[in-house]
Amino acid sequence: MKIGNGGESLKIFVLAKHAIDTESEIRLKDEKSIDEKGLIYDINDWDRYAIEEAIRLKEMHGGEVTVIGVGNNEDTLRKCLAMGADRAIKIPLETGMDPYKTALAIKDVISEENFDLIIAGLMSQDCNNALVGALLASMLNLPFATAVTSVKVEDGKLRVTRELEGGYQEEVILQLPCLITVQSGINEPRYVSIMGIKRAKSKEIKEVDVKVDKEMIELERMYLPPVKKAELITGSADEIAEKLIEIFKEKGVI
Amino acid sequence: MRVFAVAEIRMNELDPVSVELLNLANEIKADGSAEAIVLGKDVSEFANELSKYSDKVWKIENDSLENYNPEIYADVLIQLFQKEKPDVILFPNSSRGAELAPLISTRLDAPIVTDIVGLDFSNGVKAKRYIFQGKLMVDILVKDADTYVFTVRQGVFKEGKEIGGEIVDVKIEPTVSPARQFISIIEPEVGEVDIAQADIIVSVGRGIEDESNIELAEELAKALGGVVAGSRPVIDSGWLPKDRQVGISGKTVKPKLYLALGISGAFQHIMGMKDSELIIAVNKDPEAPIFGVAQYGIVGDIFEIVPALIEKLNQIKS
Repeated sequence: MKIGNGGESLKIFVLAKHAIDTESEIRLKDEKSIDEKGLIYDINDWDRYAIEEAIRLKEMHGGEVTVIGVGNNEDTLRKCLAMGADRAIKIPLETGMDPYKTALAIKDVISEENFDLIIAGLMSQDCNNALVGALLASMLNLPFATAVTSVKVEDGKLRVTRELEGGYQEEVILQLPCLITVQSGINEPRYVSIMGIKRAKSKEIKEVDVKVDKEMIELERMYLPPVKKAELITGSADEIAEKLIEIFKEKGVI
Repeated sequence: MRVFAVAEIRMNELDPVSVELLNLANEIKADGSAEAIVLGKDVSEFANELSKYSDKVWKIENDSLENYNPEIYADVLIQLFQKEKPDVILFPNSSRGAELAPLISTRLDAPIVTDIVGLDFSNGVKAKRYIFQGKLMVDILVKDADTYVFTVRQGVFKEGKEIGGEIVDVKIEPTVSPARQFISIIEPEVGEVDIAQADIIVSVGRGIEDESNIELAEELAKALGGVVAGSRPVIDSGWLPKDRQVGISGKTVKPKLYLALGISGAFQHIMGMKDSELIIAVNKDPEAPIFGVAQYGIVGDIFEIVPALIEKLNQIKS
């Protein structure tokens, strides 16, 4: 691992996951899998902010953006290339729900590369572990910050704010090379343009095979969470409005 | 088992999640011990409080621990763990825990599961957690190891009892010069309305679809004499200012009426509004987790129901 150019121009790696959209209809097929019918996949929402932030930093400081994806699908990598990433690396490995395996695979590949900065999304929208970025940073012995809400390059270092609880934020400075995971809302991700899609066609997706035989966890079963359900109000919009007003009156709200 | 719980100090106060970690530790320790760790510059008061719920409190005071730094904190914790060899290490699933737990997990080569809501050691090691922002639940089987690391969801392990333990003062000096430097804490933004003080809140989520529809929520709030707030996606899109965000990373509200429009109900949102006196949710997805916390639910289209409600409210007024 070599340090890039001390922030003069940035070599940035972005981690992007192709993930199930949580707005799609999620039904269980059996205890260990989700019914593929009705599922929509897209770039993990947090990773959309990560790739956008990387492209913005490159536009401002020069450099190169490489996107890395674990899994067999290329749609998300293509999308990142169309948004403005320069090249992509695909690691065709199925890691299931084990974030440790994912981090280990990326570590193997990224250790061979030069970089100043790795940007990941805070978490994946499907598994919500919020682990791959922090584990990767720990494995590579990099300084890192999670839930980042703003980034500035300053004197060859990174000045970032990160989200705490209760509306508070924390400002920290990270030496390069480092890793950050970004919180949603850090920027306004650009849409993919026709020109972008055209340009992306000539960009390279390099496939790198990695073997990871260490597992930390195993999925035992998936199920619908037991919840107490709200009392449902039904009827036409007018009937519902009337019932709501009755409830408001009864509870002394109006 | 020796179960260690790393206490959370937030804005110079002991966060209640620290006691919840100890409740869980006491539940799973069997004939072992529940041991709290508290780090900082001056934490005697917190150590006293924690000792009520633990067999032992490890108090680590040091000037370099005044402001949170993950590299220094992890270094100090690792020194303690290498000596004491805990079986289980618990962190809160907080902005700090989310950084420290993976660091500790990697250094100790310990399996990690985050944001757990259940833990069972009776037949192998099993952790329970939500996925898909609360839509599904999973049981995770953790592979055999000497030490396990978990981050624990707040508000789950509220039941426990006082046991009363000893406080051990340990001197541990950090051995690292960190590559991350703490600069400052930035206070929350203050807006024109403090939603935490409002009696009636009309709150909008992703289901509001477009910035131009915020007006509809404003109109309803006006008819009810309340204010408009929102969930993360709405704030992220810039449709409402940050000080209107309800949730762990925003504000905690307890109004007389919380009307959730098109909010699916991610945990981070629910924690900010679950103690409202009356919660009514409108969402087109019958499986939305928000219906698990609402007293009344309407599975339907907010763009039909809200205008009808505004009309009826205005009729009553005139």
